Amino acid sequence: MAKKTPKSEGTSRVRGEDQARKDKVTNKAIDDVAENIYKTILKEVKPDLAMPVRSLANVNYNQKTGFFKIGRGMKTRTLTVNTVKTFAQTLRMMALSKELIQTNDFATKRDAYYQSKNWQEAKFDEQPESDTVMDDIEAMFSIHGVSREEMRFVPQEHGGAVAGELVVVDRDMETGRRIEIDCTNFGSGAYSVPSWVEHLEFRSKAKFIMAIETHGMFQRLQSHNYWRKAGCILVSLGGVPSRACRRFIRRLSDELNLPVYAFTDCDPYGISNIYRTLKVGSGNAAHINQFFCVPNARYLGLTPQDIIDWDLKDATHVLGEVDIKRAKDALKNDPFFTEHKTWAKAMEQLMKMGVRAEQQALSKHGLNFVIEKYLPEKLKNVSKFLP
Amino acid sequence: MAKKAAARRPAPKAKPAPKSSKKAAAAQQSLDFGATAAKGKRAAAAPEGVDLTAEAEAAVLEGRKSKKAPATEDADAPKKKERTRVSAEKMSEMQREISISEFFTKNRHLLGFDNASRALLTSIKEAVDNSLDACEEAGILPDIKVVIEQQSETRYKMHVEDNGPGIVKAQVPKVFGKLLYGSKFHRLRQSRGQQGIGISAAGMYGQLTTGKPVVVTSKTGKGKPAYHYHLRIDTNANKPVIVHEDEFDWGDKDHGTEVAIEMEASYKGGKKGIDEFIQQVAFANPHLRLEYWRPGKPPLVYPRVTNELPPEAKEIKPHPYGVELGMLMRLMQGSNENTVAALLQSEFSRVTSSVSQEILGKAKVSARKRPRDVSQAEAEAIYKAISETKIMAPPTNCLAPIGEEALVEGLKALLVQQHFAAEEARQRKKAEDEAAAAAGGEEAAAAAASAAESKITEALSAVTEIKPDEDEEDAELAKFSLTVGADEAAADAIRAGVINIFGQPTFMTACTRPPKVYRGNPFQVEAAIAWGGELPADELAQVVRFANRVPLLYQQGACAMTQAVLRTNWKGYDVEQSRGALPTGPLLVMVHIASVWVPFTSEAKEAVAHYDEIINELKSALQECGRRLSRHIRRKRRAADELKKANYIQKYIPHIGEALQQILGLSNPQKETTIEKLTGILERSRKL
Repeated sequence: MAKKTPKSEGTSRVRGEDQARKDKVTNKAIDDVAENIYKTILKEVKPDLAMPVRSLANVNYNQKTGFFKIGRGMKTRTLTVNTVKTFAQTLRMMALSKELIQTNDFATKRDAYYQSKNWQEAKFDEQPESDTVMDDIEAMFSIHGVSREEMRFVPQEHGGAVAGELVVVDRDMETGRRIEIDCTNFGSGAYSVPSWVEHLEFRSKAKFIMAIETHGMFQRLQSHNYWRKAGCILVSLGGVPSRACRRFIRRLSDELNLPVYAFTDCDPYGISNIYRTLKVGSGNAAHINQFFCVPNARYLGLTPQDIIDWDLKDATHVLGEVDIKRAKDALKNDPFFTEHKTWAKAMEQLMKMGVRAEQQALSKHGLNFVIEKYLPEKLKNVSKFLP
Repeated sequence: MAKKAAARRPAPKAKPAPKSSKKAAAAQQSLDFGATAAKGKRAAAAPEGVDLTAEAEAAVLEGRKSKKAPATEDADAPKKKERTRVSAEKMSEMQREISISEFFTKNRHLLGFDNASRALLTSIKEAVDNSLDACEEAGILPDIKVVIEQQSETRYKMHVEDNGPGIVKAQVPKVFGKLLYGSKFHRLRQSRGQQGIGISAAGMYGQLTTGKPVVVTSKTGKGKPAYHYHLRIDTNANKPVIVHEDEFDWGDKDHGTEVAIEMEASYKGGKKGIDEFIQQVAFANPHLRLEYWRPGKPPLVYPRVTNELPPEAKEIKPHPYGVELGMLMRLMQGSNENTVAALLQSEFSRVTSSVSQEILGKAKVSARKRPRDVSQAEAEAIYKAISETKIMAPPTNCLAPIGEEALVEGLKALLVQQHFAAEEARQRKKAEDEAAAAAGGEEAAAAAASAAESKITEALSAVTEIKPDEDEEDAELAKFSLTVGADEAAADAIRAGVINIFGQPTFMTACTRPPKVYRGNPFQVEAAIAWGGELPADELAQVVRFANRVPLLYQQGACAMTQAVLRTNWKGYDVEQSRGALPTGPLLVMVHIASVWVPFTSEAKEAVAHYDEIINELKSALQECGRRLSRHIRRKRRAADELKKANYIQKYIPHIGEALQQILGLSNPQKETTIEKLTGILERSRKL
């Protein structure tokens, strides 16, 4: 046996029940794939790895689930002389994942790259090589309903900020001690979502989750305790939300059974990139949308109609060339818009107006106008939110 | 003689190249125009030697004497600004003949004497060319000794000694002391020398810079006396002056010639220098044994690689397609023939009586007319009729290419020499500090020479025999026969293979094309390439050019042969090449043109003029070499791939076993079985 990969000390008894259950599923998925390969080899047949075809042609919009879903198209990578290196690396990466689960640890892409340095000639020379293998593994296991995070390969970036009526139950990685984090208790600060959220549990009395595009708006609502007034959880997306952030909102929404209201700028970027990504995911990474998108999300504002209704016309900017191109592209090619006529209409309306408005344009009527008037007024008519 | 030269090759001579004023430039332009016109069909028949207004003016502006000019037409004189007028009479006082030697004294760059290091090289080159030509013509295997002695910082003496037939006593002064005197100009025959200028110009250069005469020693046969001559050139009269002569005993030497010239010069070894020139001479002349005594370094000896003299180059008559109007008219004037038809048949090749009838019929000139009575208009008509008549191509058996086999032998020797040159440079650098004080005189030097010789000879014979590339596919052969013609396609003609040079496998191949014709002159091109071995892999390819076996070291960019290399699409043969550049890689490209008249761009004979026929032929030769090279490269790449794949299996399969063991908790025997089976599966699939 070759030398063991160095690892941090940990025991398998420190995880919560939920986590333990999930880990079992992940473990089984890895074992199944490996077992399959092993048996094929014993039969003296070339083994292969199956993964979904990751091209737009193999992506469809699923109205029922409300997100882009990868199609049935599969490609298999058969072990040949030319693929033997990648094949070996893929299997070693899977072994690493299993080890991470056993030791209740995690690795970023960069960590995994450096771990491979123990694999002698099978090591990765550059990180892009290991990233590619990891992407393949992610695709492979998406078939088995296992996400990359569940395999303990976590992204580098953190998951945004949270404040409001929420208690997050975390665990000390070393001791397994339960830690309860009360998100009402951060003063003017906020709870920072970790890059890996699979192990978190939640408790809440909130009525809804509000996902906010800009940190500036989040700060205002949080500092003035808007969450108490409205009985909600505030999440700062910080632009297009990261994997962890999307997964966090998704799990919150699933486990607490709460609706998600998105509050973004009124421009093609805010609508078609931030909101659309949050709700239905993206076509490029359709195989992972099942874990990340938030079909429960609804669009609170700012809508193009808001610009008229709330007299924001003089606080707008002219749509740039990029905006127009993005909007046209969305209207033409994006199934999200072709499926939701109301959205197509709203986007066309925006194009006709030829302007865009930021969330903070509301400050025109007074800094806390958004808290005192706009949000309460909007929330009276939740059913009118754009889908 | 000068006249004939002018008519044949008017362009270079018509350029006195005054560069100092706009006026002069204009004058030169008009001269160029004259030259072009002479080549074209509309040249007027102004008698030669008439001074032209423009030219005279340029000469006056330059403060020089007007010259006897070969140009032919009354060009428009450039307009002159109003200023002091010089009357025609006054001008005529300054107009007088200049001698050809005077002309070259002032225009030495035309002959390759434009700087100190080139002067020495050109002189050696001219002397070596003459020696080789003489030996070959006499059927003697050449044995040449080149010695360079340093006299002072800027003064060198060069000796070139051969074992040729020697020169008859009476001719010696003229051959070495008169410009444009020689045996080669009037004959259409493949030889190194063409003009009869070179060696005398070298002597003149020496005389000009040092005041010392040329020293010539010659002996024509066993039992005959050897002569020493000290010659000076009277530049005004273009005549040799014998300063000193004596008879002496040349030891056991039966025949041969030695020429020694002292000159202001600088010695440059290495790249583009004399060392490289000598290397290449040896390369192009495998039948030559050459001793090379360098200043301050041990002598080098290049052994004879083959005992076979190149096939004898035959003399041919000019072909009508190559004739120019001026030449045609002069032939008419000077002919002893009774009729024009007879003249055409006797002076040109491939003109039979029916061909001459056809030409004269088209020109509407009576075949019975006396040549002297042919008018200018009639001459023009004949000239035109020639171009409209289908005449058989000139005979091509007059050419003596190096040959594919000898080219590959030469390449081998060249690479060995390059190896030694590099090795020597390294050793020198090492030993420089120690500065071996053992200047042990003649004996030590001779010992060193023989040591060097045996070393190189040994190295050459140690080089393993050529291994033809194994599976010479039949399809490839078929393709080859299509391109060259069935009779050439004898499979033996393909000489391509890998040889080891100092343990470095080097691919070599050569291609000699069938003879072709440009402007009525038969010519034949050859190309050879070497790939791999010690050649630097990340530099531009080395291009080595030869014309009639003479290396061309300068003006690479201006040469049609370089153009052919540039215009060949090397990428198609798996060799890197940036746009418009030479290919990159461990590549040496050798190109050779053999012709009865190589069209050089200047008298310094450094670059071949751009004739499409020549470039296209060379391209074909290079493409043939390229095809063979690409086959070699591909085969090597395939082999490397195979090896890599085999390594891959050995390298990575254990990792698969390892990973499966980690995931599934396999036992060690289970792991080993997995690895074994998987290796088996892949090895089998690879064989299929």
